[in-house]
Amino acid sequence: MPESMVEVAKVTKVYQRGRQKIEVLHGLDLDIPKGDFVALMGPSGSGKTTLLNLIGGLDQPTSGEVRVGGSRIDQLGSGELARWRAHNVGFVFQFYNLMPVLTAERNVELPLLLTKLSSAQRRKNVAVALEVVGLADRAKHKPRELSGGQEQRVAIARALVSDPQLLVCDEPTGDLDRKTADEILGLLQVLNREHGKTIVIVTHDPKAAEFARRILHLEKGQLLEQARAA
Amino acid sequence: MTKSGFVIANLFRKRTRTILTLLSVITAFLLFGLLQSVNTIFSAGADFVGATRLIVQARVSFTSPLPISMLPKLEAVPGVARVGYSQWFGGVWQENTPLIMFSIDPLRHHDIYPEYVMPEGEWQAFADTRTGMIAGKMVAEQYGWKLGQKIPISSNIFPQKNGSKAWSFDLVGIFDGKDENWKKRTNIVYMQHDYFDEANQFGMKGRTNFFILKLTDSARAEATAKTVDAMFENSPDETKTQTEKDFNISFVKQIGDIGLIVRWILFAVFFTLLLVVGNTMAQSVRERIPELAVLKTLGFSDRSVLGFVLAEAFALCLAGGLVGLSLASLAGAMVEKGTGGQFQLHLDGSVWLLGVLAIVLMSVAVGLLPGLRARRLRIVDALAGH
Repeated sequence: MPESMVEVAKVTKVYQRGRQKIEVLHGLDLDIPKGDFVALMGPSGSGKTTLLNLIGGLDQPTSGEVRVGGSRIDQLGSGELARWRAHNVGFVFQFYNLMPVLTAERNVELPLLLTKLSSAQRRKNVAVALEVVGLADRAKHKPRELSGGQEQRVAIARALVSDPQLLVCDEPTGDLDRKTADEILGLLQVLNREHGKTIVIVTHDPKAAEFARRILHLEKGQLLEQARAA
Repeated sequence: MTKSGFVIANLFRKRTRTILTLLSVITAFLLFGLLQSVNTIFSAGADFVGATRLIVQARVSFTSPLPISMLPKLEAVPGVARVGYSQWFGGVWQENTPLIMFSIDPLRHHDIYPEYVMPEGEWQAFADTRTGMIAGKMVAEQYGWKLGQKIPISSNIFPQKNGSKAWSFDLVGIFDGKDENWKKRTNIVYMQHDYFDEANQFGMKGRTNFFILKLTDSARAEATAKTVDAMFENSPDETKTQTEKDFNISFVKQIGDIGLIVRWILFAVFFTLLLVVGNTMAQSVRERIPELAVLKTLGFSDRSVLGFVLAEAFALCLAGGLVGLSLASLAGAMVEKGTGGQFQLHLDGSVWLLGVLAIVLMSVAVGLLPGLRARRLRIVDALAGH
């Protein structure tokens, strides 16, 4: 039995929109083993991003337990959760969300400002991360000087640089053309297979989901698993 | 990269906006530095250090004249070498060019102000000519006056006994200053007091605005001032004796409560600045809500994000404030030089200290609200664009 990276048990999430309460997840259970590559699919409003946010420690469940890498993150306060995120999880977003005023290498260095690494060590780690995503030659460029695919590679390097075991990606190829999207998904596959990263992506794109080891379908806040070999 | 490097990079995200805001901060602190220096001068206590001359005026007001008959008593005060007197004459050249013009006793003034340089013959001619007048080099050059010329001057304050406002003077001397500082003080015109005394319409005969005491020992200035004031205490003509510097200041103080004026101007300046910089900061935070959410996603705490916004506000106010205060320091030195040291408008330690305090308060005032907004930001909502 492989060790679990993510354990979600009986998780419910209710949002308050004005006077209305909207229950997005209904007592959901999920187990993602270490080294897995999971694609979460489902129609809009099915709760994919909500589940991803709970796994990444960006949000707290209304009830239930969320355990990541053995830690109960649903019980952490805001400050503890921020520290936990800094050391345990990397994020990749659909629109890259890079800092426009910083160069690629400085964007990648940003999470390392939260560590006690020396400036030289930080530069070294940044160089390695950019090398992994194949963008060492674009280190001095600002986001506006990069293509969408290159920006997403920088975002992946930023997610990797502090060496987290879990990567959560929300529609990482949603803003890219097919060819670039496949390159990015291929890169995620390499990170999963060769570097042992556990990856959870949310996608609408069945072709993108095919890069994962497992595809999980969510519908109306309930999980319908569909196993497949990558 | 360091955290401060990140703050500075964010500050210059909109270069033009930041530069314009910076310019408004610089201007505000330039004004703050200069006005606060003025306020310091006007609120300072009497300073007798190094005084070689004292001015004696009526205790009530400079405009209330003292009898010239006080002169022998003043001359008898220990430490007084020579006594002169001077009366303000509101002279106007041509249409409406006001002059700084006083009536004096020529030979007494000559002894009291060796810093004014003029041939002895011209001093004597001034003393001997009832309608005589001498002009500082600056004034003479400005209006093209030549020795021997008849100069028509009018006075709205002091008409002649026949009711005419027109006075006529003979220019018998042009004086210069002994050094650069005193050359800058040659913007004055003097007339004979005897002529003024006889010809003016008011019942001011035998009276003058103030006496000037030349001291034998500057170390005894304060004691001499006290002796003089004590001598005339409880008399109809009580006196107030002060140094020339303090006299000049109290002269300007007649405009009104300088401290209050300065405080109101500064209040208006800083209130406007608060709106300008506050708006810049609020706009800057509003524009990058998703970026602030990403910072939190990466693991920066709520407090760190608040710190980044406050640090940006502080960096903006600090840079603008220090440049503004330095420029004020420079401008103050230029004013001091330009007035021959009469207005010592230098920024002392207290002004710098107040300036730094203003920088800190301003930073908190403009950074706190946007900072708290950034601190309260929920990552999920911010990323979703709510």
